[in-house]
Amino acid sequence: MAFRTKKQYILSKGLDEYFKGVHSAWKFTGLFFKEVFKRPFHLREVINQSFEIGLKSLPLISLTGFIVGIVFTKQSRPSLEDFGATSWLPSLIGIAIVKALGPLVTALICAGKVGSGIGAELGSMKVTEQIDAMEVSAINPYKYLVVTRVLATTITIPVLALYCSFVALYGSYLNVHAEETSSMIAFYQSAFKTISFLDIFTSVTKSIVFGFTIGIVGTYKGFNATQGTRGVGRAANQAVVLAMFLIFIEEVLIVQVANWFRFF
Amino acid sequence: MKELHNIIHREETVISITGLHKSFGDLEVLRGVDFNLFRGENVAVLGKSGTGKSVLIKIIVGLLTRDQGEVIVLGQHIDQLVGKELDTLRLRIGFSFQSSALYDSMNVHQNLAFPLIMNRKTMSKAEIDFAVDEVLDSVGLANKNKQMPSDLSGGQRKRIGIARTLILKPEIMLYDEPTSGLDPITSAEIIDLINEVQERYNTSSVIITHDLTCAKNTANRIAMLHKGRFLKVGTFDEVFGSENEQVQGFFNYNFIR
Repeated sequence: MAFRTKKQYILSKGLDEYFKGVHSAWKFTGLFFKEVFKRPFHLREVINQSFEIGLKSLPLISLTGFIVGIVFTKQSRPSLEDFGATSWLPSLIGIAIVKALGPLVTALICAGKVGSGIGAELGSMKVTEQIDAMEVSAINPYKYLVVTRVLATTITIPVLALYCSFVALYGSYLNVHAEETSSMIAFYQSAFKTISFLDIFTSVTKSIVFGFTIGIVGTYKGFNATQGTRGVGRAANQAVVLAMFLIFIEEVLIVQVANWFRFF
Repeated sequence: MKELHNIIHREETVISITGLHKSFGDLEVLRGVDFNLFRGENVAVLGKSGTGKSVLIKIIVGLLTRDQGEVIVLGQHIDQLVGKELDTLRLRIGFSFQSSALYDSMNVHQNLAFPLIMNRKTMSKAEIDFAVDEVLDSVGLANKNKQMPSDLSGGQRKRIGIARTLILKPEIMLYDEPTSGLDPITSAEIIDLINEVQERYNTSSVIITHDLTCAKNTANRIAMLHKGRFLKVGTFDEVFGSENEQVQGFFNYNFIR
């Protein structure tokens, strides 16, 4: 096809590259669902990866969750005080943390920490031919490296999100307790009073989707790393940026779908 | 260095390549390669960087696919195999990478045990440990079990890389630049190891190199690759006795005469 201008050529080439990338990512994701039900399951590696992802993210998740709980409570109090509605504070915090902040904060932290780690690890294995070495030893690298890591993030991130919500609520309780005498049981009861089963279900579903996204994006970027050490850095960076972008889109879509269910 | 004592079975071809073409985009790397490897034979593929030497052995092991031509390895068309059939064939081929490609999150023992754990499900832990010790001994690194790849020298990494392929007892060995980046003494040790492997495991080998010393001391035949085609195939003396300008040019840039 002849191009009239250089701009047309660049645009066409850019679009071509973009759609090729989308197609390749789609195929990569589709392969996961094909391979995940096939033997061997590499359960030991899934457990190892879950342990690595979960345990190593725990300090950061704890600290962030705790601070989010305190800061959110501190900043909400003055507005509620204006309306004489400070007694609603636990419910407000409960809704905000369980429905939105817990899963989202955990996903963003894990996208940065776990996603970049997976991207860099697999990227480095790719450029040093370790993935090829697996393939020539009749070991399926997709099954051993990708499926195990994606399963690990999909299982671990919902657990971390629930833990993050719990810690954030505890931080909020400490702040409430510092201002007024309140028991922890009363605070938690009040916080969960307005939260339905659908809210918890939506929150866990969101975390599962976020976990899958972080795993699949990290492994995809790592598995397709090129151009030596520079490519490894780029894979890690792109894994974080793309995962975060997709997490925000998924957040909006899942909340919208959950709201439709609420009307039925 | 030892002399070659391998017995070549010329009636049995283990690798047969005809009219092989391979391109990457607009870059045509292989332009009609014809090649045979007989059982028990060592062939060195020589050529400048970027002439497609590594591409050739990556096609042989199925890491890359051919554009045109026929590649038959141990009686099977490699590009027609998928899944279990391809894995079964790959277990009969050893591939030693230029960079050694050791798994850097595993120690030496784990690196060597990994292919066995994944492919020989019936082996007990004691049998795997014995196999690892045996193969480590055969490459002269019996005491390096617990070391991480980052703690090893370049020559040791090459040896462990070769050991990892030997543990599956392959019939064909493909060496990608086995002596590149090594000092002359370590290169000589790797050359001896290649010959020992051939004698001990009775393998047929393709050795990709641009090191004439390595080619002369390991190969029964030399194949000179230039611009995607074999210029000359024969014994060392036949190839480098030729009047061909390209062959002579390559020869003159090396120290060996």
